[in-house]
Amino acid sequence: MNLVEAIRLRDSSRLPSRRDEDWRWTDLRSLVRTVPEPSPSLDAVRLGPGPFAGICETVVTLANGVGPGAIEVSAGETRTLELRNVACGEGSHAAHLRITVAAGARLTLLESHEGDGGGLSLLSLEVDLASGASCERLVIADGGADAISLVDADVRLGAGAEWGQTLLTNGARRQRLETRVLNPGEGASVRLDGVYVLSGRSHADLTSSVKHSGPQGQTVQLTRGVVDDQARAVFQGRITVEVGADGTDARMAHNALILSDRAEVDARPELEIYADDVACAHGATVGALDAELLFYMRQRGLPEAEARSLLLASFLGEVIDRIQCAAAAGRMRAWLQGRIGGSVE
Amino acid sequence: MLSLRNLHARVGEREILKGLSLEIPAGEVHAIMGPNGAGKSTLSYVLTGRPGYEVTSGAAELEGVDLLTLAPDERAARGLFLSFQYPLEIPGVPALTFIRTSVNAQRKSRGEAEMSAPDFLKRARACAADLKMDFDMLKRPLNVGFSGGEKKRMEILQMALLSPRFMILDETDSGLDIDALRIVSEGVNALRSPDRSLLVITHYQRLLDYIRPDRVHVLAGGRIVASGGPELAHELERDGYDKFARAA
Repeated sequence: MNLVEAIRLRDSSRLPSRRDEDWRWTDLRSLVRTVPEPSPSLDAVRLGPGPFAGICETVVTLANGVGPGAIEVSAGETRTLELRNVACGEGSHAAHLRITVAAGARLTLLESHEGDGGGLSLLSLEVDLASGASCERLVIADGGADAISLVDADVRLGAGAEWGQTLLTNGARRQRLETRVLNPGEGASVRLDGVYVLSGRSHADLTSSVKHSGPQGQTVQLTRGVVDDQARAVFQGRITVEVGADGTDARMAHNALILSDRAEVDARPELEIYADDVACAHGATVGALDAELLFYMRQRGLPEAEARSLLLASFLGEVIDRIQCAAAAGRMRAWLQGRIGGSVE
Repeated sequence: MLSLRNLHARVGEREILKGLSLEIPAGEVHAIMGPNGAGKSTLSYVLTGRPGYEVTSGAAELEGVDLLTLAPDERAARGLFLSFQYPLEIPGVPALTFIRTSVNAQRKSRGEAEMSAPDFLKRARACAADLKMDFDMLKRPLNVGFSGGEKKRMEILQMALLSPRFMILDETDSGLDIDALRIVSEGVNALRSPDRSLLVITHYQRLLDYIRPDRVHVLAGGRIVASGGPELAHELERDGYDKFARAA
C-alpha cells in the first residue's frame, strides 16, 4: 500500500483496502477501480475567498496539487499563514508540502480543503517543529461531496515544542484526515482535536497516532461529531508511550451523536503504554440526542429544530473553545453554525 | 381557562388517565393531590405534549384552543408552562442563553418582537433577586451541578421570565427545605393574577399552606374522584388516600 505511488503510477492495486488494518473502515481500493488521469492545472486566481480569508496577509495556495513545496518560519518569528488546498474536477493528484518552524518561532496555520468534482487528491504535510517552537494548525475540510480526499500530516516535535490542532470536516464521498505526531517529551505538548458534522452519504475518517518517546510529554485529544442520514464517521486514535517516557500525561476523548438509524460511527481509541509512571486515560461515547432533554427545551418554547441545534452547538462548541487563535475560532464557529443551524456560543 | 373533558390517555399499552374531567377558570389556583401512580405526572405530560403520552379520547382546551393538536413548543407559546418534578440539565448552554432563547422563540411564535438583551438582563436580575438566587448561577450551564432546591428555583425563575398564562407545578415542593419552600412559594404567588391560572400537583398539604388553592381535587385511578375547597387538603393529610383509592 502506498498512496503516493498509487496516484503517480495510476495503480489502484497500491491503494489501501479493508485488508490494511488501519484502513479497514476507509476502503479505497473497492471504490476506486481505476485511478483517474492527472488533474488538469487550475487557475488559482479565479478562486473565490477561502473560509479563513482576510485573517492574515500571506496566502499559500495548492491548486490541483500545484504550489510551493516548502514553508519556513525562521527563529524567533511569529507568523499566521493561510494554506488553501483546492481540488477541482475529476482527475487525481498528489502534493507534498514541508513546513519547518525554527527554534522559538510560532506559526498559526489556517488550512482549508476546498473544491468540487469527484477526483482523487492527496496532500502530504511534513512538519518539523524545533525545540521551543509552536504551531497551531486549524483546518476546515469542506471540499466537494463527491470527492475522494486524503490529507496526511507527519509531525515531529523538538523538546518543549507545542502542537495544537483542530480539524473541522463535513466529509466527502470518502475522506481521511490523518495525523501522526512524534512527541519527544521534555515538556513538548500536543493537542489533537476534531469535529465532524456529516449528513447525506458522506464519509470522514479522523485517524491519529501520537508516539511519546521521551519523558514529561503531554497529549490531549478531544474529538466530537454528529452523523445523520447514511453518513459514516471513523475515529481511530492511538497513543503510544514508549519505554522510558515516564511522566507522560495523555488524555483522549471521542464523543459522537448518531441522529439517524442508518448513520454509522466506527471508533477505535487505543492506548499502548510501555512506561510505568504515566497518567493516561481515554473515553469514548456514542449515543443519540437525549429525547427527554429535547422535550424539556420544547416545553420552554423552542421549536424542535432550534432545540436540536442548541444541543448540537453546545456539544460541538466545547471543541472550538480550546482554539487559541480567536479570529480563526470565530470563522470555525460560523462554519459549524452553517451546518447545524442556530448559533454556536 | 383550562377545560379537560373525559380525557383518556395511555403510555405504551397501559391506560393511565381514564376519563379525567376538570375545569379551571381564569385567576384560580387548583391543587391535584393523589397517591403514587394515580396519574398526576401523566396529566402534566399529556397537557404539555410529551412524546409517548398518547391521548386516546377526550378533549383538552386552553382558552378555547385545542391543545392536543399542537406541538409542545406551540403549547408553550400559547402560555402553558410546566415546572418539572425533575428539571433537566443542559451541559454547555448557560441558563441566561437558554431562557432568553426560549423567551424569544415564544415571542416569535406569537408574532411579537424579540426582547432586547439589555431588557432581558434587567428582568432576569430582578427575578433572580426576588428568588434570592446568585445572579452568577445564571451564567453557568443550566442546572448543571445544581442542588435539587436550586433546580426548583431555576424552574420558577424561568416561569417568571416566560410569564405564562397557565402554570403547572409538578411536585415543586419535593427537595425544598422550609426556607426555600417559602421563597419559591412567594415567587409563585407573585405571578398570581386574574388572567392567570395555576395547577399545583403535590403529595403533601404542606405546599398548600404557602400557595393557597381555590379548589382541591383528588386524582386516583386516572380520574378525579373528589373535589372540594382547601379543607379537603387537610382532610387528606389527616385521613390519607385510602378511601379514595378504594373509590377509584
